[in-house]
This record gives sequence, C-alpha cells and structure tokens, in this order.
Amino acid sequence: MTAAQWIGGLLVFAGIPFFLLGTLGLLRFPDVYTRLHALAKADNVGLGLVCIGLGIQSGSVALLLKLMLIWVLMLIASATAAGLIARTALARGLRPWGT
Amino acid sequence: MGTAGVMFDGLLALALVWLAWQATRAADLFHAVVSFIVFGLLMALAWVRLEAPDIALAEAAIGAGATGALLLSALDRLATRDGRRRALYEPATAWGFWIPAGGALLGGLTLAAWQLPAPGLGDEVLAALKLSGVDHPVTAVLLNFRALDTLLEIGVLLLAAVTIWSLGPAPSPLVPAMPSPALPALGRLLFPVFVLVSGYLLWRGSHAPGGAFPAGAVLGAGAILMLLAGARPWIRSSEHGPWRWILSLGLAMLLAAAVSGTLAGQAFFQYPPGTAGPLILLLEVAAGLSIALLLFALYLRGEPCEHGYRESGR
Amino acid sequence: MTVYLSLAGVLFLIGLHGFFTARNLLRRLLALNVLTTAVFLLFVVMARLADPLDPVPHAIVLTGIVVTVSTTAVALALVVRIAGRVRDDDADAGGGSRGDAG
Repeated sequence: MTAAQWIGGLLVFAGIPFFLLGTLGLLRFPDVYTRLHALAKADNVGLGLVCIGLGIQSGSVALLLKLMLIWVLMLIASATAAGLIARTALARGLRPWGT
Repeated sequence: MGTAGVMFDGLLALALVWLAWQATRAADLFHAVVSFIVFGLLMALAWVRLEAPDIALAEAAIGAGATGALLLSALDRLATRDGRRRALYEPATAWGFWIPAGGALLGGLTLAAWQLPAPGLGDEVLAALKLSGVDHPVTAVLLNFRALDTLLEIGVLLLAAVTIWSLGPAPSPLVPAMPSPALPALGRLLFPVFVLVSGYLLWRGSHAPGGAFPAGAVLGAGAILMLLAGARPWIRSSEHGPWRWILSLGLAMLLAAAVSGTLAGQAFFQYPPGTAGPLILLLEVAAGLSIALLLFALYLRGEPCEHGYRESGR
Repeated sequence: MTVYLSLAGVLFLIGLHGFFTARNLLRRLLALNVLTTAVFLLFVVMARLADPLDPVPHAIVLTGIVVTVSTTAVALALVVRIAGRVRDDDADAGGGSRGDAG
C-alpha cells in the first residue's frame, strides 16, 4: 500500500473511537443536553477525521474537496439541530440534570 | 470481499431487522418513526454494498429524508391532543400462527424465486448504451429504454399531490417552540447549496450515479427547510397561480416527448435520432423540478390557500 | 448474497405481520414501507446475481421508491384527517369538516 493509503487508513481508524465515545455518551448520559453535547462534539470530529482519511486515501483532490464540503455541511446541520433541540427542550420545561 | 465483508453484511442485516422490528412493534410512536428513519439510512448502506449507488442516493434522500419529514409532520398532528400516542389496543401476537405460516410463505417464495430463470438484461443494456445518449446504464434505462415507467411514476406523484390538495387546505406550517434565529439563517445559508448540489446531481446523472430523482429530492428537502424556517409557500393561487403549472411540468414534457415521436411518424416514445442526449437532459431538468415541487406539495398536506392558514383536523 | 436474501425474507415477514396485525394506522404504514423495502431488496439481489450487473431492476426499484413515498404521503394525509374526525366526535359539529376549502 502506498503512503497515501496508509495515512488515510490511519486517519479513518483514528476517527472510529470518537464515534464510539459519542454513542457511549448518547447511551449513558442522564439528560438531553449532555447527550447533545456528546453527540455534537464527538461525531463532528469523528466525521472530519474519516472524511480527511478517505479523501487522502483516494488520491484525488476533487474527491477530497467534496468530502470536505460534506463535512462542513454536516457541521452546520448538526450544530443547528443540536441548538434547536436544546431550545425546544428548554421551552418544554426540561430542566438540565443537576438543577 | 472475504470474511470482513460478510461480517459487515451480517451486522448490517441484524441492525436492519432490529430496526424494522422496532418500527412496527415499538409502543411509542415517536420511537417507531425514528427507528424507521434510521432504517432508511442503514438501507442506503445496504444498497451501496449491493452495488446500487443510484438506489442508495434515492433511499437516503426520499426514503429516509422525505418519508421521515412526512411521518414526523403527521406524528405531530396526531400526538398533539393526548401527548405521545401509545399503543393502547395492540393485540397480542399469535406466535402459534405466525411462525409456521410465515415460515411456509417464506419457504414457498424462496423455492419459487430459486426456480425462476434470471437471465439478466445487463448485456443488452450495455450493447445499446451508445445509442441512448447517456453513459450511465441506469439513467439510460430510466429515461430512454423504460421512459414509459418514468412517465407513469411522475404521473402517480402528481396524482398523489392532487389527491392531497383535494382533501382540504394546508394546516399551518410548524414553527419551533422557541423561535430561534438559527433556522432562518440556516435556510438563507443552505438554500443556495441545495440548489447547487441538486444541479450537480442532475448533471452527473448522465455519466455517474445521480439523475433527476436524487436531484429533485434534495431540492424538495431544501424547500421543506425553507418552509420550516418561516417562508410562506409561494404556490398559493391568485398571485402565483401560473407557478403551479411547474408541478405538472415533468409529466407534460415527458408526454410531449412521447407523443412527438408518433407525430413525426416514428414509434411511440421514440426520440429523434441524434438528439437523445440533450433531450434526456431537458427531460431530467423538467422531471427534477417537478419532483422537487411535488415532494414539497406532499409535505404541505393540503392545498396552499391564499387567505392565510387555518388549523385543520382539530 | 445469502445474507441479503434472508434479510429480504425476514423483513418481508416483519412487514407483512405488522401490516396485518397493527391496530394503529401509522404503524400499519410503517409496516407497509418495510414490506416494500423487502421487495426492493429482492429485486436488487436478483440484479446483482446476474453476470454483468443488471440495471433494469435498479430503475424499477427507483420508480418503486417514488411510488412508495407518494402512497405514504396520501395515506398520512388520510390518517391525519381520520384521526381529527374521530376526535371531534364530541367536539363542536363541523369542527372536522373542511367543506369550505379556499
């Protein structure tokens, strides 16, 4: 395997624990707000690493740029969605855990 | 692909079965709907594994995206009065009947499917691909060899929109419980990206997986996002009446292409020789626009009326 | 391939069972969608088993997905209207009817 494939594969493998930790947080955290926090942070970084890894592995700049665009769009969407869910939960009266 | 591939397929299959079970048997309806949306997304993965990228695009955009939006919007209407609807009267499953009957049915179908001849039309399609005007076999089949199916399918979509419009006026669009500047800002930021991605998918359909259906679904999803961000649907009757004709544009163009062949003395739905490529692109643009507006009309769940919105079904 | 064939069979049974036995209309719709997905799986597996990949079932499945979403949308509109009408039985008369559509 060439150097690009090694680096790409390494980056993809580096992104996997982030997804695992995000899912663990989703399952184990006590309320909506902490779960959103775990999901948004972990999955964004994980997806970024996977996208960069796949882009480098493919060897084509166009594909890397497209994957980066996917990552940026996913960042925007997940941040907005997390904010909206938190706002709606607050409006419905869900108190954060510990208050 | 070896054992890793088989393990991945097995895990994917288990996840899909569990999600389908949750979608049909979960007590909480919201739980069921969310399970179904995730089922759609994982099915897109399964389509990729089965070497069907066009279907993966359509499943992710239409199956998980549009159907998910429709289900959540309907669930909100259903669940407003008595909170989260629970399964009050679900009968107990008669396992004694379903397991033998299901096994017999499955066995019979498998036996029948195994004995069917499966010659496959791949060779014929590849041989005729050069004449079809596009480079991608699935697009060639959809818009040239079996364009009649596409015409009828867009007809069904239009019929569904007309049926829903005839049921009454659209209920007022959903707004977030706590108004946030994030959603209109997101709409303004993302709608150009929606149009760009949809145009790219449309253009790409001639030589790679893509085409009118994913493009229309992405644009329709953008329209739904704009609706959620507070935009008023502009296909209300009086001042924007003529724009409603875009809903039937896809069907009209396909019909025109079909009939023009007969008028010019050729067979029904035969494209004039040499013009297949540009004609297919034109038809795809018309179909994509129609599909986008039709999906948006399906989401509105009623006829957009001009004197503001009324609550219905209360 | 056998994995996907058996997956199609199991999903078909789950969808059929849910469609016949669910009381709630929304759940019946979800089961119908699972049923159609199982049939599409069978189509695509058959297409994959042919020697050069057969694109005709792919086109048929794409058509099927669009028809399924149309059916689901119409059914959902009807379910919402039915639910509204059933609930308005004790409310003021005419609360559920929309005869004066704009």
